[in-house]
Amino acid sequence: MEFSTALVLNAIVAGVLLGGFYAAVSVGISISFGMLDVVNIAHPAFIIVGSYIAYIVNDRFGFDPIAVSIVLSPLLFALGLLIYRVYYVCFERRGLESLRGLAFFFGILFITEVALVLIFGVDYRLVETRYSSVTLRLGAVDFPLRLVVPFAVSLAMVIGLQIFLARTFFGRAVLAVAQDQLALRLMGINPVRVKEFAFALSIATAGVAGAFLIVIQPVQPAIGREYIGLVFAVCVLGGMGSIWGTLLGAFVLGLAESFTSTFFGPSWAPAVSFGTLLAALAFRPSGLLGR
Amino acid sequence: MSRLKSWLANGLIALVIALAGSAQAQQPLKIGFGMSLTGPLAGNGKAALISMQIWAEDVNAKGGLLGRKVELVYYDDQTNPSTVPSIYNKLLDVDKVDLVVSGYGTNVIAPAMPIMMQRNMVFMSLFGLNVNSKFSYDRYFQIMPAGPEPAIDWSRGFFDVGMSLSPKPQTVALVGADAEYPALALDGARANVKRLGLKVVYDKSYPPNTVDFSPIVRAIQATNPDIVFLASYPPDSAGMVRAVNEVGLKTRIFGGGLVGPQFASLRTQLGPLLNGIVNYESYTPEVASKYPFLDQFLAKYQGRAIKEGVDPLGFYLPPYAYAMMQVLEQAIRATGTLDQTQLAEYMHKYEFDTFVGKVRFAKNGEWSVPRMLTVQYHGVAGNDLEQWMRPGHVTVLYPAAYKTGDVKTPYQDNKK
Amino acid sequence: MSNRTFAAITLGVAILLMVASRVVANDYFLSAAYTVLQFVILATAWNVLGGYTGYVNFGSAAFFAVGAYTTVFLHKALQLPLPLTVVAGTLVAGLLGLAVGYLTLRMRGVFFAIATLALAVVLYTFVVNWDYVGGARGAYIILPREVPFGLPRYIHLLYFAMVAMAALALIVARAIETSFIGRGLAAIRDDEVAAECAGVPTLRLKLFSATVSGALMGMAGTTLPYYLSYVEPSAAFNLSYAVNSIAMPLIGGMTTWLGPLIGAVLLGTVQQVVQVTVSSAWNLLIVGVLLVVFVTLAPNGIMGWVDAWRRGRAPRP
Repeated sequence: MEFSTALVLNAIVAGVLLGGFYAAVSVGISISFGMLDVVNIAHPAFIIVGSYIAYIVNDRFGFDPIAVSIVLSPLLFALGLLIYRVYYVCFERRGLESLRGLAFFFGILFITEVALVLIFGVDYRLVETRYSSVTLRLGAVDFPLRLVVPFAVSLAMVIGLQIFLARTFFGRAVLAVAQDQLALRLMGINPVRVKEFAFALSIATAGVAGAFLIVIQPVQPAIGREYIGLVFAVCVLGGMGSIWGTLLGAFVLGLAESFTSTFFGPSWAPAVSFGTLLAALAFRPSGLLGR
Repeated sequence: MSRLKSWLANGLIALVIALAGSAQAQQPLKIGFGMSLTGPLAGNGKAALISMQIWAEDVNAKGGLLGRKVELVYYDDQTNPSTVPSIYNKLLDVDKVDLVVSGYGTNVIAPAMPIMMQRNMVFMSLFGLNVNSKFSYDRYFQIMPAGPEPAIDWSRGFFDVGMSLSPKPQTVALVGADAEYPALALDGARANVKRLGLKVVYDKSYPPNTVDFSPIVRAIQATNPDIVFLASYPPDSAGMVRAVNEVGLKTRIFGGGLVGPQFASLRTQLGPLLNGIVNYESYTPEVASKYPFLDQFLAKYQGRAIKEGVDPLGFYLPPYAYAMMQVLEQAIRATGTLDQTQLAEYMHKYEFDTFVGKVRFAKNGEWSVPRMLTVQYHGVAGNDLEQWMRPGHVTVLYPAAYKTGDVKTPYQDNKK
Repeated sequence: MSNRTFAAITLGVAILLMVASRVVANDYFLSAAYTVLQFVILATAWNVLGGYTGYVNFGSAAFFAVGAYTTVFLHKALQLPLPLTVVAGTLVAGLLGLAVGYLTLRMRGVFFAIATLALAVVLYTFVVNWDYVGGARGAYIILPREVPFGLPRYIHLLYFAMVAMAALALIVARAIETSFIGRGLAAIRDDEVAAECAGVPTLRLKLFSATVSGALMGMAGTTLPYYLSYVEPSAAFNLSYAVNSIAMPLIGGMTTWLGPLIGAVLLGTVQQVVQVTVSSAWNLLIVGVLLVVFVTLAPNGIMGWVDAWRRGRAPRP
């Protein structure tokens, strides 16, 4: 396989664009799992819900799916609040380990998938946007807008989240609740409220990521299952509780996938990605940027 | 007539009718099967089910089979092979069905084979690629018109079309998803390539849930193939077609084994991106004249499909799912029995007249003559469905008996 | 009750079940029972590492598939008969458990879970690319028309095998639970650091637990190729194996050998019944709802419920 420059450059660009998408998909887990220790394995289900919401509005009114998902993110935020309430009342308050929460979210994953099947059927859905078939070319390098637009918005979302967490009061409360709940209480903040808010935020990001997904590829209800591994891999590889880590982890996995696909054989891409994760776990379990 | 006599007369008539009715109300004739109603292939499974239900209604409207009402007994196999043995055991042991047919797809047909072989049941099956080559079961019948050597015949049309170009192509790129149908189709493609003496410059597969296909397309382009053969399922068909258009693939012929462009959802969503692609179809309006009566069935199917949120075109599985039941129906009527031995003998010996034309089976249960159409899409503009309902966008290239035009090449110049 | 007595009783029940099957010769019941027993083994195996030791394994499908593919490989390469492939598959899966344990059991519990998930994907990719066992194309195991021991059909033989293996799994699980190993594992589960400080050889015990757990899960998968006659990677690595092997002990109760058995029989039977009655997406919905309901209302599983009820009725001093 010749390593022509154009091929390498394109592989890098493809990997980075893919990484941006993966970051959007995983940043929610970075919050719910990385910071709140909630093993929300149903996260991909909410991504798919976001995809379908974007699909319905796009189908009915023709609005851009990504814009729609951002505008409608309060819906998923509210859903996240509700789910956390239930989770907290049933599990966390009783002080049970995260395993039971895991089973709970597995149940939610299936229920959501089935609900989507019953409402929308099992056919694949895709959206058509003005930029779906447009590709910018800079010399020998292609920038398909179908990937570039989600990448750009994703980056904005992730950076925005990081700024929110690091600079605003409530954001820092979220970081604090991950570190020391008692201290937080002593400061007069209700950690439960904070966690609820953070979890809802993670679900809202899932909704927006869902819009990215349906812009990039066709979606059907069962697709969520294929993202379970990926979202946790990105989060853990990057380092639990670090948004920058998630971004870095996503780029690493995106580039690994892109290079393997281009030069070695796409079949091996999952092995390379998850093998990287295994190696990282064995030698640096805190992840690339973990605390 | 006196009051009493008229009452008696009416009573007698009612009694006669009731008796006649109860003679008709025998045991229904049960046909059992598993079908993908959930899982990745559920779109096709549901389309097939609707077709089979329409058949059952048609048959019952004509008075049933052997004087009995036909009843379909089916369970959702979730596109998961592990459910198949218990489903078919239940159908045969508990529900006591009279006949069985298969579900949709290689990976749910194969697990049922041992059970069929143990019970000596006739097994009419729906679109599995080359399942019987390992079992050599003499009561297996396949309605997919691939031909007597399905794996090779599947792509024979595509490569024949390729070799009809001049100058003759020399190099081939083979690519497909890591799943059973694409893997089997690629095997067959390799055999064709070897037979034709072409050089393979790229031969790789990708995980079905790949998100971005452009690295793959670029790697293919870097080898400069004359022919690119792709075997894929709907999500990756869409992904590859998009990537091919984004990267601007340059080759003489592209396509071959994409599952997906036969359905409404991908046709509307990809629209003009399909132009120039050579693919396989089981039916297209351009050849409607060779498929008499099919449009009545399609009209019925399309009405129901829209209501149930399933593929509204119905050009892929539905005609063949209906034909599959017609074959069984005709065999039963001709032999007058449900005896599996006699049915199997009859089905091997005779030709059937179905909505998809005349059907004859080879010794291994596959079609004796291939009838999968190799086509090329052209002139597609916009993303509406209407344009696909009428002829005009699909040129049939092979087999010769159905040909409506010649292939346009190279691929990159024919994307209008 | 000593382990010996328990083993005798279990084997007795197993033989009873086998004999009963010759009387109730209904193939549907046997194939449904095959699936339920498969889950009994998987749930019990998972629980050795998950319930007894406290390490959640997300990649049950990987060990299960290793068992299945070992059978495929040996059948193709050496035409080994069923009993030998079962033993081989169990050993290979056990070795895999040992290797994985060695690599990952040093990590905090939740990272172990993620690592097992990653392992499942890596193994899946390897199998897909391994042409000899069929790769994505899948592999066919053609059963001979003659069934050994004069049984009427192959499903009878497979049923016998499953009953025997389930009995073995339960005996092994109980033996571990009641031995000093089990106490050590419980100590690890409750507080690993304290256990280490108290002198429990945590790493060795964890490795033992992972090996046994992996071996039993592989054992559950060894007969799959015979049951389906056709194995392909997405069937062998199906998510339902991973989900069920976690859900069943959770529902039944994770601290004893009885919990996974109850959970597997209950949830497995429900799944089998729903599959042939409701017959559509409702299937998955019911499983999801059951999971949620049980986990919220009966957090220690059914055994936990029973225990609490018994404690409630115990005479107060």
